[in-house]
Amino acid sequence: MLDDFYVRAMLAGILVAVLAAPFGCFVIWRRMAYFGDTMAHSALLGITIALLLEIHIGIGVFVIALGTALALVYLQRQSNLPNDTLLGILSHSTLALGLLAVGLMTGSNVDVMSYLFGDVLSVGRSDITIIAATTVAALCLLALIWKPLLAATVNEDLAIAEGARPQVTQLLYLLLLAAVIAVTVRIIGVLLITALLVIPAATARRFATSPESMAALAAIMGSIAVVLGLAASLHWDTAAGPSIVVATLGIFLISAVLPVRR
Amino acid sequence: MTTVDNAAQQSAKSLEPKKSQPNSPSATLDSGKLIDVVNLSVKRGDTALVHDINLSVSRGEIVTLIGPNGSGKSTTIKAILGIVTPDTGTVTKLANIRTGYVPQKLEINGTMPLSVKRFMRLTQNHSDDAINAALATTGAEGLHKREISALSGGEFQRVLMARAIAAKPDLLVLDEPVQGVDFNAELEIYQLIARIRDELNCGVLLVSHDLHIVMAETDTVICLNGHVCCSGSPQMVTNSQAFQDLFGSRGSEALAVYRHHHDHSHGPDGEVIHDHA
Repeated sequence: MLDDFYVRAMLAGILVAVLAAPFGCFVIWRRMAYFGDTMAHSALLGITIALLLEIHIGIGVFVIALGTALALVYLQRQSNLPNDTLLGILSHSTLALGLLAVGLMTGSNVDVMSYLFGDVLSVGRSDITIIAATTVAALCLLALIWKPLLAATVNEDLAIAEGARPQVTQLLYLLLLAAVIAVTVRIIGVLLITALLVIPAATARRFATSPESMAALAAIMGSIAVVLGLAASLHWDTAAGPSIVVATLGIFLISAVLPVRR
Repeated sequence: MTTVDNAAQQSAKSLEPKKSQPNSPSATLDSGKLIDVVNLSVKRGDTALVHDINLSVSRGEIVTLIGPNGSGKSTTIKAILGIVTPDTGTVTKLANIRTGYVPQKLEINGTMPLSVKRFMRLTQNHSDDAINAALATTGAEGLHKREISALSGGEFQRVLMARAIAAKPDLLVLDEPVQGVDFNAELEIYQLIARIRDELNCGVLLVSHDLHIVMAETDTVICLNGHVCCSGSPQMVTNSQAFQDLFGSRGSEALAVYRHHHDHSHGPDGEVIHDHA
């Protein structure tokens, strides 16, 4: 069954949607959509560095995305510049650096578009293995820190006063988010990752009654979007990554007019 | 039975190695005392936010920190709770002290679906009974299923208080607990704090910038303006020169007027109705 590229794409897409869902919820709750976007944009730099050093692209993306996140956290504490300015500086300068680096790699047959918008249809068996392993590991680790991370997200001071040590938890969350971005880049591309993180979670918000149900609903909605997006991509021969994102948008819009039973 | 809060002790040491420690690691608390703060100071860059703070809270005592905006009330509280690291000084706490905290600003992000019950269980596993009892104490019974982001300011304040007392704390720390609450509810909340103190026999450390209401239920007032200007019973503090300098005579008059109001209330025709305490 895994011999069919379409089945592999579907499987990889659903795995990534399920992985992105709970992390996307935290991105929304912690109001860090642009923070995540900045991490994702820096991924292009990670890709080129990985290509230059001839290491696995996922490792390059993970290291650079995490480095960008840590730099942001540091700058937010030290700098007088407002948060959105810092994000604007880092987000677009890392993206520009990545584009420059790709351009400089002349002679190599680097397909920039596949990194910007994803290339889910070229996912191979070994990719599936890596995505599945990362999904299981990241979700297990997130489950371990779920409770303290939730407490620190609601109010950091309150969590500290009640004996929690949120710094460690939050650092671990950023580390896992970098890993999520590292495996998601392949599927949806650096420019569209934030959409897969944020839109299904935002869709789930209206119907959820607890943080956990919001994450579960986001996973379901993300998976449906992957199935619909890939079907559309196959049917109309559209780019897979953008098709998936448009599908998440479609579900968001439809759900926005559905009545909620409370 | 008593130990020194290790984190505060160590961080104070590492940041200020030259300063001699007023409290050695073997420091103990006087009997009845829940926390003892000695020569505490917190800096941001080169400026001291607060300096040379000395205070203690005993079981059954309500200690109120008052002072103008920016006088370091919240900073002092946060240093005591370990939210900010003190630059010098020590905070000694009763061993295994249970602390309940109501922070000053708590913006609940409406993007997270969070029921009151779940909110109360964020860091601790309270039983349903404990949650309902705490909510009943603060006059927020029946709210446990409601979503946090849908509560009114007053309801939320009561839920925060219930959350702080659900674990039956030894020490209750309240940073401006009457924000977003109308005047009548303010009085009620301060009376509630006194009642909680009686029921739990806990110590209470309270921050307030409004002088009018807070005094009546307070045992000790600490008047803060970067440092402790004066402290003592409400009567002593309001009569002190340092207090008058800080708040001006109008502030002290307002207090005197309030105390008058506390002795009795007025009926619809203005006749005096005496409260029976």
